[in-house]
Amino acid sequence: MTTMTDPPKASFKLSMLLNDTRYRSYTFQFIALILLIAAMAYLGSNLAQNLRDAGLNISYDFLGEPSNYDINQSLIEYDSRSSHWRASLVGVLNTLLVAFLACITATIIGVVAGVLRLSNNWLVRKLMAGYVEAFRNVPVLIWILIIYTIMTAVMPAPRDFRGDDAEASMILGSFAFTNRGVYMPKPLLDPLGWMVVGVFVASIIGMFAYRRYATKLLYDTGKLLPMGWPSLVILFVPAILAFFILGRPIELEYPELGGFNFNGGIQVLGSLIALWFALAIYTGAFIAENVRAGIQAVSRGQTEAAAALGLRPRRVMNLVVLPQALRIIIPPLISNYLNITKNSSLAIAVGYMDITGTLGGITLNQTGRAIEAVLLLMLFYLVISLAISGVMNVYNNTVRLKER
Amino acid sequence: MTKTVFLGALTVAGLTAGAAAAATLDDVKARGTLNCGVTTGLVGFAAPDANGEWGGFDVGVCRAVAAAVLGDPTAVEFVPTTGKTRFTALASGEIDMLARNTTWTFSRDVDLKFEFTGINYYDGQGFMVPKELGVSSAKELDGATVCIQTGTTTELNLADYFRKNNISYQPVPIETNAEGQQQYLAGACDTYTTDASGLAATRAAFEDPSEHVILPEIVSKEPLGPLVRHGDNEWGDVVRWTLNALIAAEERGVTSANIAELAAAPTESPEINRLLGTEGNLGEMLGLEADWAVKAISAGGNYGELFEKNIGENTPVGLARGLNAQWTEGGLLYAPPFR
Repeated sequence: MTTMTDPPKASFKLSMLLNDTRYRSYTFQFIALILLIAAMAYLGSNLAQNLRDAGLNISYDFLGEPSNYDINQSLIEYDSRSSHWRASLVGVLNTLLVAFLACITATIIGVVAGVLRLSNNWLVRKLMAGYVEAFRNVPVLIWILIIYTIMTAVMPAPRDFRGDDAEASMILGSFAFTNRGVYMPKPLLDPLGWMVVGVFVASIIGMFAYRRYATKLLYDTGKLLPMGWPSLVILFVPAILAFFILGRPIELEYPELGGFNFNGGIQVLGSLIALWFALAIYTGAFIAENVRAGIQAVSRGQTEAAAALGLRPRRVMNLVVLPQALRIIIPPLISNYLNITKNSSLAIAVGYMDITGTLGGITLNQTGRAIEAVLLLMLFYLVISLAISGVMNVYNNTVRLKER
Repeated sequence: MTKTVFLGALTVAGLTAGAAAAATLDDVKARGTLNCGVTTGLVGFAAPDANGEWGGFDVGVCRAVAAAVLGDPTAVEFVPTTGKTRFTALASGEIDMLARNTTWTFSRDVDLKFEFTGINYYDGQGFMVPKELGVSSAKELDGATVCIQTGTTTELNLADYFRKNNISYQPVPIETNAEGQQQYLAGACDTYTTDASGLAATRAAFEDPSEHVILPEIVSKEPLGPLVRHGDNEWGDVVRWTLNALIAAEERGVTSANIAELAAAPTESPEINRLLGTEGNLGEMLGLEADWAVKAISAGGNYGELFEKNIGENTPVGLARGLNAQWTEGGLLYAPPFR
């Protein structure tokens, strides 16, 4: 063994783990890892020990048992004989619904308010500043409760719509705003009706195709095609034609007062509206600040250069400033979307049955499986949050600075 | 070596956890106060008055236990709990006992590992509606919007009742009784359902209680009682027999007015003597003073006195004794013998 003639190696000494910069970071990382594992193991075994002492076990069998409770809003078929698992699924969909609605609305509110905060008009600027400060600095739970209380206290009860000289009446004979929510007409689609919907979807695709063609033509040949009115024509005319040619296959089912409530039509629960708008205006204020920051971060020279080329202010904003500002706006926007999704768990304050209300609320209570339910809940929010940031990161990659 | 230290720490943690689970009686004595879980506010059962003093029927049970164990009916820390938080609060040891109109059910007793120590109110679930709706039976509630406290047995009974009668409803889940009251009065729901006693108590707090009726249907059995953690039988015995002492005292005619006289010297009734500690050593068996029951009964009176004072017919809640009368008067109250 000693016959080998390798270059003499500096023998490894234990002290090098601390003193040698090559190894030091590994040492500390290793120690941190050990501590982390130890802490988790301690908590885990403590949990197991306490459960054993209390004679309890961890089991997810309860998910298959009938839930025995009803849920006021479910996007899929559900009744009290369905399983706890299905009740959780109803909750998941309700969470996703309110998160989706609130994200869209918050983005619209945020972008409008953010752009208007930079307006040259003093009044508009100050109004938007007031909006941002007022809504950003009051907890979202308070906003949810305020909107819900206003809805239940101010709006008329369904029974006020009854009688000849009723205290309240339906708007346009088809919309009823009550303290239990908003009732609106529901389109009834037969197979021909679905064809009309199909035509409309095709029109949307056609419109985008036309716009892309027009842009390409502009870049290739410099020929400018009109954008505005042809888009509208492509969007609406085929669908309207199809609707009449096929003999008006779409009917509306109007809500009607019967028994205790309005029947028929679509009911949008008051709790959903309260939660949706509260989340939207609250997060909208944060997004407005992101948008403002993003726009202001674009160098002034860009605006001036674009103006010098003869672009009008609107085009400067749309073609030069916003595309660059988006790069700065998107990353914080992701975290705002995540906030909306997580804040939607405040739903129970107004009795909206989201996942925290079904799995983390009633199911947890009725089965007493607190640890199991909470672990599942954590898993769900984790998956949803990672999915949202995954999708947004893909979008971010498409708008970020392409370095050449 | 790290491993040894780690395992050692685990063992210690396990031991302390094990120790914390038992001997609630010693803990309460050492602490000097009883942590008692009650509702967040239900007039007649448990609600703070204008001075912040808790009072009510359930509160009376807490005070009786505190008096029996600590000799002081005011040595109680009241912990308001919602329908959702109550079991976690009890299981985690945050409270020593729960007296919060909690229904005794099989799964709570067996699966959730609690021990119900008796029944202090025989109740059933009912419906309250505004008079103007003209509803006279719960079967006419087809399509109604129903306010319901979430995390309670009423939620399950409601679903069962409507399904059985093949009628539909829309639930509005709420967290606390106060919230339910607000929603119901605003007309956000047509009817409010909970235990009939709770409905009576809620209605008593309305501006004009006569505008609202409680429908005749009682859709479920709701035996309400105090409960403790499973596995600490000594503590369970203390709470159980304190409640029984209150019930037995009414049966034997021992009231807060005459108890001092009866406890001063042995009377002719041996059961009263054993109850009040002038004969035998029942208190010692429980690990308490000989006059534990005297203190418990003096705290707020016997069962009947507590009932009349807090929820009886002369109070705004106005409940009749009904099932909650002594067995000698056609009710269900039947305390086992003190011997």
